[in-house]
Amino acid sequence: MKHTVRMEVNGTSVEKDVEPRTLLVHFLREELGLTGTNVGCETTLCGACTVLIDGKSVKSCTQLALQADSMSVTTIEGMATNGELHPLQQSFWDHHGLQCGYCTPGMIMASAGLLSQNPDASEEEIREGLKGNLCRCTGYQNIVKAVKSAAESM
Amino acid sequence: MAVLGTSIRRREDPALITGKGRYTDDFSSPTMLHAAIVRSPYAHARLGAIDTSAAAAAPGVVGVFTAKDVEAAGLPGMVPVGWLLPDLKVVAHPILAIDTVRHVGDGVAVVVAEDRYQARDAAELVDVEYEPFDAVTDPAGATAEGAPLVHADAPSNVAFDFELGDSESTEAGFASATQVTEIELRNQRLIPHAIEPRATIADYDSSTGKLTVRMTTQNPHVHRLLMVLASLGLPEHKIRVIAPEVGGGFGSKIHHYADEAIVAMCSMQLGRPVKWIATRGETNLTDAHGRDHVTKAAIALDADHKIVGLRVDTYATMGAYLSTFAPSVPTFLYATLMSGQYDIPAIHCHVVGTFTHTTPVDAYRGAGRPEATFVVERLMEEAAKEAGLDPTELRRKNFVQPDQFPYQTQVALEYDSGNYEPALDRALEMVGYDDFRSQQSARRAGGGKQLGIGFSTYIEACGLAPSAVAGSLGAQAGLWESAEVRVNPTGTVTVYTGSSAHGQGHHTTFSQIVAEKLGIDVDAVEVIHGDTDAVQFGMGTYGSRSAAVGGSAIWLSVDKIIEKGRRIAAHLLEAAVEDVEFADGQFGVKGAPDKSLGLADVSLQAYLAHNYPADLEPGLVATTFYDPANFTYPFGAHIAIVEVDTETGEVELVRYVACDDVGNVINPMIVDGQLHGGLAQGIGQALWEGAVYDDSGQLLTGSLMDYAMPRAHRLVNFELDRTTTPCPHNPLGVKGVGEAGAIASPPAVVNAVVDALSPYGIRNIDMPLTPEKVWRAIAAANGEGSE
Repeated sequence: MKHTVRMEVNGTSVEKDVEPRTLLVHFLREELGLTGTNVGCETTLCGACTVLIDGKSVKSCTQLALQADSMSVTTIEGMATNGELHPLQQSFWDHHGLQCGYCTPGMIMASAGLLSQNPDASEEEIREGLKGNLCRCTGYQNIVKAVKSAAESM
Repeated sequence: MAVLGTSIRRREDPALITGKGRYTDDFSSPTMLHAAIVRSPYAHARLGAIDTSAAAAAPGVVGVFTAKDVEAAGLPGMVPVGWLLPDLKVVAHPILAIDTVRHVGDGVAVVVAEDRYQARDAAELVDVEYEPFDAVTDPAGATAEGAPLVHADAPSNVAFDFELGDSESTEAGFASATQVTEIELRNQRLIPHAIEPRATIADYDSSTGKLTVRMTTQNPHVHRLLMVLASLGLPEHKIRVIAPEVGGGFGSKIHHYADEAIVAMCSMQLGRPVKWIATRGETNLTDAHGRDHVTKAAIALDADHKIVGLRVDTYATMGAYLSTFAPSVPTFLYATLMSGQYDIPAIHCHVVGTFTHTTPVDAYRGAGRPEATFVVERLMEEAAKEAGLDPTELRRKNFVQPDQFPYQTQVALEYDSGNYEPALDRALEMVGYDDFRSQQSARRAGGGKQLGIGFSTYIEACGLAPSAVAGSLGAQAGLWESAEVRVNPTGTVTVYTGSSAHGQGHHTTFSQIVAEKLGIDVDAVEVIHGDTDAVQFGMGTYGSRSAAVGGSAIWLSVDKIIEKGRRIAAHLLEAAVEDVEFADGQFGVKGAPDKSLGLADVSLQAYLAHNYPADLEPGLVATTFYDPANFTYPFGAHIAIVEVDTETGEVELVRYVACDDVGNVINPMIVDGQLHGGLAQGIGQALWEGAVYDDSGQLLTGSLMDYAMPRAHRLVNFELDRTTTPCPHNPLGVKGVGEAGAIASPPAVVNAVVDALSPYGIRNIDMPLTPEKVWRAIAAANGEGSE
């Protein structure tokens, strides 16, 4: 039996009937067409699916859509405002913080969550703060550099 | 305008940082179905009855298929091997298992349903009878008498028995030696773990007979060819393979897997598009793994510490089947690298390839070359220690000298260029070597956490070529690359390259090549790749070949464009062709500075052909199939510094310094990024990663909880510099950089840990150097036993 779920996604109110077992990531990708959030492991271990729920970074592959009921969800698609890149997006671009790009939306969302809690994060704190997000391409060096630089500009 | 050699930002990034990049799973359509593959839970079993009735009756299910259906559909249904060695035991690899399963994860059935949840639910309902047998998982143990056979037609589980070099001269070298250093090494099995799981969407249109396959591939044309020849049997022009954005590959998306053929069959049977996305669990069990060697090696030195012989005996497993290019990896990509950076007069390398009840093993970042470098650089470290020499000194004494190039090794390769000492000198300067040794001594005197330094002066062979040589070695493919450069009527350029990117930044670097040569803005260049209906045949992206082979093909096509442009310009300017020069985007006339035309003036006329040379075809398009004369030979010196906690066995990477020589550099930022990623993977191998099977063939590291990937907090900022020795035989002078980090770093890190522990007399610890292994080694050295 389907249940009605209501939430705010990237500033827009949405209401949909979903099966209770629908994962939040599949809700975002398949019901709302927000395919920027990627699935890497389905087990909370890679972080590719990270989104913000009420401002906190959450791995959406192990959350049910219903768990986000009446909450506010931000995905990578909601980061740029009026066509202007979010400082983290800009910084990932400027510092070559991505290669294949698959982990990138999750990495940017996790970084946003991290900086909202610790706006002056040191390099060590950034490395610790991002340890739940895997990247197989960059060796993290330019990701850390990008986050540090974004933090300074925010 | 110099754009070649500059760190311009990547042109592919705006889509990827905003969530607009479209990977395979991002494509859907209203009629799309979803597939789930039922996989064997046993490593080795006879397959009995498969009851699909409950699954077929489950909600949303529209089809359940097994090997019988593959046969009934009249498909060839085989996964091919694309590299043949003399006497290679080519074994059958059906896309769905027939009678026997040979590794955990072997596919036995596929369920197709309206949504992916229903497909997975129903897959659980497929009832398969298995009669399990004993399994064998060890690369060397597979040949033991009485070991369970993986294939009845492969006695002793031997896939091939390969030799390179000369055993007689090598034995003579050893007989004459004053020092022989031996080592036993295990190069552990790795799982590539691209963050995007493998994925396929197949869409068969019965009205046209055309199959469109959107999939995670590093080489769409090769995938299409292998589907035509072995798995699907459709005509080549009736298959279109598209690589959309691909989320990393590292080799694992080169190979033709059963899965894409299974999904294609489902679409052909059901007449609807079918999507299959691997779970991470399936990635662990079915992405081709890497490495998995067991090696005994020895190096012989004379009284002057010159190397007089090198001997290597390796068992390398192929896993349960022969993956696409698997036979080439531990043979021609491994044995050929055994000379390293050294002038070695006699080498012999013997490799036995074995079948085991494990996931197939194939190319993974570096592919054979990391394994070879590990053997050579571990031997150099141990030989130096035994000789009482500084490890850098033994290396220097044996480097191939600049005046020896081109240098013919004893293992088939001819190094075209090199200059090894400056890279080592620079790396030592960066690390502050003398200072380090005094810090190390102080630590040793003080006890507690110990410091160690490890070196790796590596060479690699990239851009495997030329095709005729590859063919003589068993490749069932050419190893050239293609590029079509189209100058559009208004003077912008579209490049069609056979080199299909998955994170390397081809769009940016290839644009830089064109922009530099044509004197136009990079934004005036579009790069198209990854679609067999759009791009002429191409070989794809692997083996650090894209810049050297694919980039050179573009360069040569642009040369042809300029040549044709000169003829058009000469006509328009009423000058002799030989007087027309092209520079900074302008066709000018020698001695007449006021007479010139821009590229757009010439391209417009090329398409109008109103005022045009009578002997010239219209259009401004050039195609090149570039087949290089040789491999390229990047090299460098890598240095790792580690701190080892002798109480807990924990290893901390403190610094990592490298000076690489990748030839000319198109985009330094991208080159550094490639090195960073390779280093993380190589350091990951040295310290954390490893796929482990139990004796029954169960993969114990089947999730990211058990398979320890490098994470941000465990790595450091890599300190990089370069020397530049351009490749002499390609027009760009580039050599390749994608694999260097993964090739060089494992021995650097292991040498560093062994150096830290040298006061304990510890000579070797097998990778990954987990705290437990290091602690046990220290405890054993202290006579405390290891339990």
